Amino acid sequence: MQNKAFEGSIDYFQVMDENGAIDKSLYPQDLSDDRIVEMYKSMLFARNLDAKTLSLQRQGRADTFAPLVGEEATQIGTAFAMRKDDILVPNFRQHGAYLARGLPLESYFLYWKGYEEGNSKVKEINALPVIVPVGTQMPHAAGIAYAQKYRNKDVAVVAFVGDGGTSEGDFYEAINFAGVNKLPMISIIENNQWAISVPRNRQSAAQTLAQKAIAAGIKGVQVDGNDVIGVYKVVKDAIDHARDGPTVIECLTYRMSMHTTSDDPSKYRPEADVDKWKAKDPLKRVGAYLRAKGLWDDAKEKQATDEQMARIDEAVAKAEAFKPDPKSMFENVYSFIPEVLKEEEDDAVKSNFWM
Amino acid sequence: MNINMVGAINNALDLAMRKDDSIVLLGEDIGKDGGVFRVTDGLLDKFGENRVLDTPLAESSIIGASIGMAMAGLHPVPEIQFAGFMFLGFGQLINHAARFRSRTRGDLTVPMVVRTPVSGGVKTLEHHSESPEAFYSHVGGLIVVEPSNPYDAKGLLTSALKMNDPVLFLEPTKLYRLFKQDVPEEQYDVPIGKANYVKKGDQFTVVTYGTMVPVVNKVVEDKKLSADVIDLRTINPLDEATILESVKKTGKLLIVHEAVLSFGVGAEIAARVAEKAMFDLSAPIIRVGSASFPYPMPGYENYYIPNEKKISAAIDRLLSA
Ligand SMILES: Cc1ncc(C[n+]2csc(CCOP(=O)(O)OP(=O)(O)O)c2C)c(N)n1
Ligand SMILES: [Mg+2]
Repeated sequence: MQNKAFEGSIDYFQVMDENGAIDKSLYPQDLSDDRIVEMYKSMLFARNLDAKTLSLQRQGRADTFAPLVGEEATQIGTAFAMRKDDILVPNFRQHGAYLARGLPLESYFLYWKGYEEGNSKVKEINALPVIVPVGTQMPHAAGIAYAQKYRNKDVAVVAFVGDGGTSEGDFYEAINFAGVNKLPMISIIENNQWAISVPRNRQSAAQTLAQKAIAAGIKGVQVDGNDVIGVYKVVKDAIDHARDGPTVIECLTYRMSMHTTSDDPSKYRPEADVDKWKAKDPLKRVGAYLRAKGLWDDAKEKQATDEQMARIDEAVAKAEAFKPDPKSMFENVYSFIPEVLKEEEDDAVKSNFWM
Repeated sequence: MNINMVGAINNALDLAMRKDDSIVLLGEDIGKDGGVFRVTDGLLDKFGENRVLDTPLAESSIIGASIGMAMAGLHPVPEIQFAGFMFLGFGQLINHAARFRSRTRGDLTVPMVVRTPVSGGVKTLEHHSESPEAFYSHVGGLIVVEPSNPYDAKGLLTSALKMNDPVLFLEPTKLYRLFKQDVPEEQYDVPIGKANYVKKGDQFTVVTYGTMVPVVNKVVEDKKLSADVIDLRTINPLDEATILESVKKTGKLLIVHEAVLSFGVGAEIAARVAEKAMFDLSAPIIRVGSASFPYPMPGYENYYIPNEKKISAAIDRLLSA
């Protein structure tokens, strides 16, 4: 005997196409034009901020930094779909989501200048700090989701992971854990087609990354990750149903820039590949949509950019005025200072080893 | 040829791969990109995709699959992009690479060389600056090697690739391009398990390795002192004989490493010297290491890793005892 033991499929969503035209049947009813203007401003901010940080990095005023340009819709659509109490679990490229959730800009700069203090405000916005080891944040998200369910809270946990990150054991283990326990966990795969130099098709032989959800027995969908309204819609739906269990959402986007400021993409990818994606730019299409509706114009764009740049400059100045206190390293290792560590600290202070 | 450590490692791999077709390289971004530090640059073009494999982003499978390859007759050289990410493959190293030989009483062996950049001082993001040698040395069954210059890097790697054992080859990021050296064109061995006197003297002994070798050298030179400076080159198995030989001569021992002070390689050396040469000592043994907690973010690293001032003060203390 032979019969089909299982059949599955993955749906792909797009609400706004590359020219800004809307599929009305999918349009999220709760989304007002004002919110779309806010989303657009937030995307513009992320892009302006990236440009600024890049120039600071080039001047030696910021450490190695991972730009997000091209991926704004994935991050901002997600952040806008989240409720205030929902919890954000990023990897390391998600500053767009952080800032849309209200992270103080100064914290962002402190982080990329290399100070732990930049992570100290993320709790205020119901988020976890930047996590550098790829994919290792996913089990944390599952655990946080378990705690929400345990306390019977109506809170969803939204975790970001890259296309590369979905190859790590921690990713599979986390969605599996979430599936078995029916947890309110939403995994956003920010599929920007590259993990440094490794292209998406060398990361997995699976046709979609969303279908990894099927093996975990949970829901998986794919969305145009450059369509901020589409992303908003699928994330909102997943949050609305979070009490019924987890969802994996694969957002198809593109890393328009380098992996980090230490990377040289010309080693491994043709410029033409990047050009193809320029037509799908996430800001361009919302901009076109809002302009067609009379909700946006050049003057507004300029005004928004000027305001954002002023905010950025102010935050940079604050972050640059920050003076690190090495004692903070010793005093935040345990809930108390062990004698032996105190001795190391005293030795260091006394001998003035710190230049 | 006059090359830096990146060039020396690349050259060692190149020469070994030409001779031995069982050598296969695998890791994240090692092919087209040539590795994030360019250590494997050009090897994909020379040896093809079957021998220089860009893997999916998953460290446990990079190491686990290497173990499988090794048991099946290949000699894999996995690269873990940074030592901080090797912990995702830690289980495979500790539970399997270290044990297959003993669990089969020598029937199955794991000849492989795991390469990974270690240590800090170059202002990188979190998890890019760890010095984890003590973790791996603690298990037994894993050989742990760390060169401090291009000549040693080529020779040690050449030797490591001839061994029928799992070898961790730790490459200090800071030293990758810090200086060049004249290195023979052809293959040569620097023996595994043998420490090297980088300076000879009689006032005291410094045992060190990796990033701290040039720092210690500079302090000893600046202070115009006469010291034995011993570069371990191999951390496990430890070359106890060379250390004891020197300590019995000088009577004073300073141990300097970038890894955290507590429960580290320095503690192991100090304990062995205390056990076997206690009465040859004329001063208490001193260790210098990083503060006993995880590597901080780059804004704080200058307050964390040992610097010339700290080493110099330790030497003063040692000599005034
Ligand atoms: C566990 C681990 N291995 C390796 C790295 C080095 N590394 C940093 S980012 C990256 C690629 C990540 O790709 P992806 O998950 O697609 O995220 P993206 O960078 O595209 O946002 C790699 C290999 C790391 N940070 N963590
Ligand atoms: Mg990616």
